[in-house]
Amino acid sequence: MIGGLFIYNHKGEVLISRVYRDDIGRNAVDAFRVNVIHARQQVRSPVTNIARTSFFHVKRSNIWLAAVTKQNVNAAMVFEFLYKMCDVMTAYFGKISEENIKNNFVLIYELLDEILDFGYPQNSETGALKTFITQQGIKSQTKEEQSQITSQVTGQIGWRREGIKYRRNELFLDVLESVNLLMSPQGQVLSAHVSGRVVMKSYLSGMPECKFGMNDKIVIEKQGKGTADETGKSELGSGKQSIAIDDCTFHQCVRLSKFDSERSISFIPPDGEFELMRYRTTKDIILPFRVIPLVREVGRTKLEVKVVIKSNFKPSLLAQKIEVRIPTPLNTSGVQVICMKGKAKYKASENAIVWKIKRMAGMKESQISAEIELLPTNDKKKWARPPISMNFEVPFAPSGLKVQSRVDVRGTHPMPWREEDEKGTGAADTVSSPSGWSESCTEKPGGDIGRCHLGRQDDRRGWPGGHEHT
Amino acid sequence: MTDSKYFTTTKKGEIFELKAELNSDKKEKKKEAVKKVIASMTVGKDVSALFPDVVNCMQTDNLELKKLVYLYLMNYAKSQPDMAIMAVNTFVKDCEDPNPLIRALAVRTMGCIRVDKITEYLCEPLRKCLKDEDPYVRKTAAVCVAKLHDINAQLVEDQGFLDTLKDLISDSNPMVVANAVAALSEIAESHPSSNLLDLNPQSINKLLTALNECTEWGQIFILDCLANYMPKDDREAQSICERVTPRLSHANSAVVLSAVKVLMKFMEMLSKDLDYYGTLLKKLAPPLVTLLSAEPELQYVALRNINLIVQKRPEILKHEMKVFFVKYNDPIYVKLEKLDIMIRLASQANIAQVLAELKEYATEVDVDFVRKAVRAIGRCAIKVEQSAERCVSTLLDLIQTKVNYVVQEAIVVIKDIFRKYPNKYESVIATLCENLDSLDEPEARAAMIWIVGEYAERIDNADELLESFLEGFHDESTQVQLQLLTAIVKLFLKKPTETQELVQQVLSLATQDSDNPDLRDRGYIYWRLLSTDPVAAKEVVLAEKPLISEETDLIEPTLLDELICYIGTLASVYHKPPSAFVEGSRGVLHKGLPPRTGSIEGPESPDTAPSGEPAADQPSVIPTQGDLLGDLLNLDLGPPVTGPPMATSTVPMGAVDLLGGGLDSLIGGSGSFTAAPSSTAPTNVGAPLGSGLGDLFDLTAGVGTLSGSYVAPKTVWLPAMKAKGLEISGTFSRQVGSISMDLVLTNKALQVMSDFAIQFNRNSFGLAPAAPLQVHAPLAPNQSVEISLPLNTVGSVMKMDPLNNLQVAVKNNIDVFYFSTLYPLHILFVEDGKMERQMFLATWKDIPNENETQFQIKDCSLNAGGDGHSSTALGSCASA
Repeated sequence: MIGGLFIYNHKGEVLISRVYRDDIGRNAVDAFRVNVIHARQQVRSPVTNIARTSFFHVKRSNIWLAAVTKQNVNAAMVFEFLYKMCDVMTAYFGKISEENIKNNFVLIYELLDEILDFGYPQNSETGALKTFITQQGIKSQTKEEQSQITSQVTGQIGWRREGIKYRRNELFLDVLESVNLLMSPQGQVLSAHVSGRVVMKSYLSGMPECKFGMNDKIVIEKQGKGTADETGKSELGSGKQSIAIDDCTFHQCVRLSKFDSERSISFIPPDGEFELMRYRTTKDIILPFRVIPLVREVGRTKLEVKVVIKSNFKPSLLAQKIEVRIPTPLNTSGVQVICMKGKAKYKASENAIVWKIKRMAGMKESQISAEIELLPTNDKKKWARPPISMNFEVPFAPSGLKVQSRVDVRGTHPMPWREEDEKGTGAADTVSSPSGWSESCTEKPGGDIGRCHLGRQDDRRGWPGGHEHT
Repeated sequence: MTDSKYFTTTKKGEIFELKAELNSDKKEKKKEAVKKVIASMTVGKDVSALFPDVVNCMQTDNLELKKLVYLYLMNYAKSQPDMAIMAVNTFVKDCEDPNPLIRALAVRTMGCIRVDKITEYLCEPLRKCLKDEDPYVRKTAAVCVAKLHDINAQLVEDQGFLDTLKDLISDSNPMVVANAVAALSEIAESHPSSNLLDLNPQSINKLLTALNECTEWGQIFILDCLANYMPKDDREAQSICERVTPRLSHANSAVVLSAVKVLMKFMEMLSKDLDYYGTLLKKLAPPLVTLLSAEPELQYVALRNINLIVQKRPEILKHEMKVFFVKYNDPIYVKLEKLDIMIRLASQANIAQVLAELKEYATEVDVDFVRKAVRAIGRCAIKVEQSAERCVSTLLDLIQTKVNYVVQEAIVVIKDIFRKYPNKYESVIATLCENLDSLDEPEARAAMIWIVGEYAERIDNADELLESFLEGFHDESTQVQLQLLTAIVKLFLKKPTETQELVQQVLSLATQDSDNPDLRDRGYIYWRLLSTDPVAAKEVVLAEKPLISEETDLIEPTLLDELICYIGTLASVYHKPPSAFVEGSRGVLHKGLPPRTGSIEGPESPDTAPSGEPAADQPSVIPTQGDLLGDLLNLDLGPPVTGPPMATSTVPMGAVDLLGGGLDSLIGGSGSFTAAPSSTAPTNVGAPLGSGLGDLFDLTAGVGTLSGSYVAPKTVWLPAMKAKGLEISGTFSRQVGSISMDLVLTNKALQVMSDFAIQFNRNSFGLAPAAPLQVHAPLAPNQSVEISLPLNTVGSVMKMDPLNNLQVAVKNNIDVFYFSTLYPLHILFVEDGKMERQMFLATWKDIPNENETQFQIKDCSLNAGGDGHSSTALGSCASA
């Protein structure tokens, strides 16, 4: 198991050092600094073995977190734990920075004492931790409170505390999809997949029982068989709308065995924001945009870039907050841009031209052209041509995913439900009405509020096709 | 919230000031002071002098202060054991506190204080806490047992904590169960023999129930523990698999990987004809692919594991090639691993795509990555014959780029392509020769020299080319020197007239001017060969080479099986068994995949073979250049170790095993050598390097003084699968003038076996059983019996091929089974065979020349070993 955990700043100075096992000595702290942080070469592996001691490290901004062990530990678990540790710290004091860590070192030690015992990770859900690691001392708690804390920390629903009350029960669902596209230099799509996340923000009272539905092919088929007589669902079952999800993973609140047997996603959510699920699809992906770049090298000191984007969806729909990021070489000295629509700027600090368009309807086209002046260099290392990436919001999911959810709040007085105004546009298009569930609903059906889908499209090879030498 | 000020305290007189502050009456000031102490401790300053003052602050109502003091105690108690006693009372008191959080804190901290006197006091509070009404205290106490065990194992046993811990597996709270499992697993690891975890279907059922309810971390503990369980049959394995599969959808990658480990392991027991087997295979692919969208560090862990899984069960991911395509933003360590897996998945169906990708990669920026991509193209050519031509032309394109490291890599792989497809792509040699001067890496130089030597007859100026290398002979690396020596000898045999001078030159360089024994020995062997019988030399040196295997860089199968049992752990990341990087007793426990227990009979596929399968069936392995010690340990010395598994697993350190284990198998495997006494038992494996060499030198002496002491380890002659459950393993020995065949018969079937009999076929030396095979009692299922069968040499003679082949038939009440084995020739040697040197030479000369065979022991990399071996071999020929 984990033998010790160290946090360093970018200079390699120790900010936090907690040793859990006798086989880890103080020299381990220095070994990591010398061999990894101060190493001349770039780090070639996140796991380093120095003198029979293994170091796992992750970096957050310029802070190094390193877990140390001398045993054959579960490596995946160690990394998951380090990520979790970052999440917990962020939840407590915001950004992970040297200043914040120094300011909160007592708190961090307290957390480390709680979430790692003899190197074994313990409950690390912030919701639970915040009930008793408060930096205020806990003597004031009553006996009931104490036993409530301990039963929550060790219990089945370790991520949520009892007795949460909201005057207004609200639930937000964001579907964030990132379309990953791989194109050959000839412009042919080699592979495309959507990796999506469903992020939930729940502000619900009590211990709400939530159900979450999606138009996954297997679910639809199952429902179609089981409840063919129910009109609401058989409509959903019409194969056209269903999508094939290759794989999905869930937050630990979701009952996995139930999903495995019935494909139903049921859970009691943590309070506040969390990532409910991740999924991946590869079939029938609608690419909302096509990006066509053209690069021309004019001599050794000039580059001409032209990028065309085409929106590829129904003309009645609108994409918003479009941002195209076009990387430029490191030796760029100046850039002149002309764009038909939106605003474009060269950001020297980011080595990129950032082109922003507020709104764009479907089946439209827009283009930007830029002249990039280059400083002559002797550097033989060629420019690695990073990919062009773009961010946007569209009122549909490129994967075709649609979600619906039902909330069943037990033990609280039924609250009047109010639907929030939908943010973004056209969310109604993606979130079906909850009526399909209302028949089996014991209490007032939960309104669900859909938010628009945030898309992200990445081309690995940012410069397909248009590369010409002159 | 401005704790950062504690990091910037004054320098001089600091300790003194702190002391004053710690003893202050004001609570706030005290707390501030303790914080300063902790901050100093963190940055590595020695603040142990403040021990009594800090401990004085322990008695407090302020929990935050208390925790800080505890933190201090954990760090310094060991250096001040006497002072630490001062804290005991507070701990004991805190363990009785009404607040469960404080009880838990006390027991948690006490376990971390490694002072004997404190541990004595810990026992009583711990006993209470293990039975505490509050689950939070119980789960903390469970881990505390593991802590205490680490300090004083005997105490834990004497106090009966292990039993209490076992009871906690049935606790109502899932987290208590998970921590108890973690603690027990850890304790069990340091007592490999104890049956501590004692997993049985009932306890497994409890674990599987807790699995659904506990935290993500608890699920990992439980899954890792489940993976150590051996289900009694395929049905049980299947039912566990069914209950574990839902975990594949967990957001925590470690839970997923641990579940994959359980499934991969238990799948071994399932019959391939089972529908469920196919379903399971299908279910495994998507979660593995999903792991690749995790953070890069986890991707790395996942990829290292996928690399193993793909080698074990290629069918799982064979359609998922595209997900391993490298992304621009991938860190270099992810890129390199992806590339490795792409090659493993390359097949005729997807080769075009793969090649297109590899070509792209070869133009990237990172040198290591480019090198690996170029090498990968070569590997594709070797793996998929249809693509070879395209690969070669791609490689030629790359050579034209004249980028130094690309050219060198390309030449190295082209050498392998030549080996695989002889006489097919020689047209490219001219292009290669053009780049001769730019090669500065030993491997590339060696490869190029090999090519020139191998195709000397087609290269007009081969002698000039090789001569140019000869100038700086002594500055070359050994690899290049050896290759150059061989190449020039080849050249000489092909064009003897023009190159006599050259070969003389290289032989004298190698034998007279070199300090390297390998090089010298090889030089002498060539020299003698050439001077005694050039025709034979030609046959030996220019002999047709065995084809190289299609898959390269495979992990040796027994190691692979072991690593599959370690999926998700560091061992799977390093691709080394834990014994290679873990100190002490932990982790040396050898793990293996369970044997298939289903009712299937008949033709077995290679991957179901037990580890005792003959070496010939295992794919030969080409070790990667610059690979890790662990691989070296298992791969480098010829035949994989086929003996009992402990031969490799009990070794504490690599280098020793290199000689010990390797020699054992080398000698045991070929069987025709005599050997020194000490190489019999696996215990000698840990012997120091020197004695290993000593043994080797003893070999020569051994001929005369043979006392029958060497017995090769028993190998499986007849696997149970081929003989309806009867497994026969055995070896031959010679004791005081009589030969015996030592057999172990194991009944792996479900019925009793009886009526055993044995018969030999006619053989080269008339070896025959001197007595009937006597198995006194019927052999019950899962029983085995050891028999020593005396042999004589009065049977009928028939020349066998190889000479020492023995065909055996064994009969029992079920059937007759046939197998053949090789016996070591030394069992035939009589003890009184010693002869004078002169007489030996005279006898030697009396044997007609055509009866004399000579052979070269190839790639014998044991230092100074060549001489020893060859003379022994000659000796045995003579006496035979």
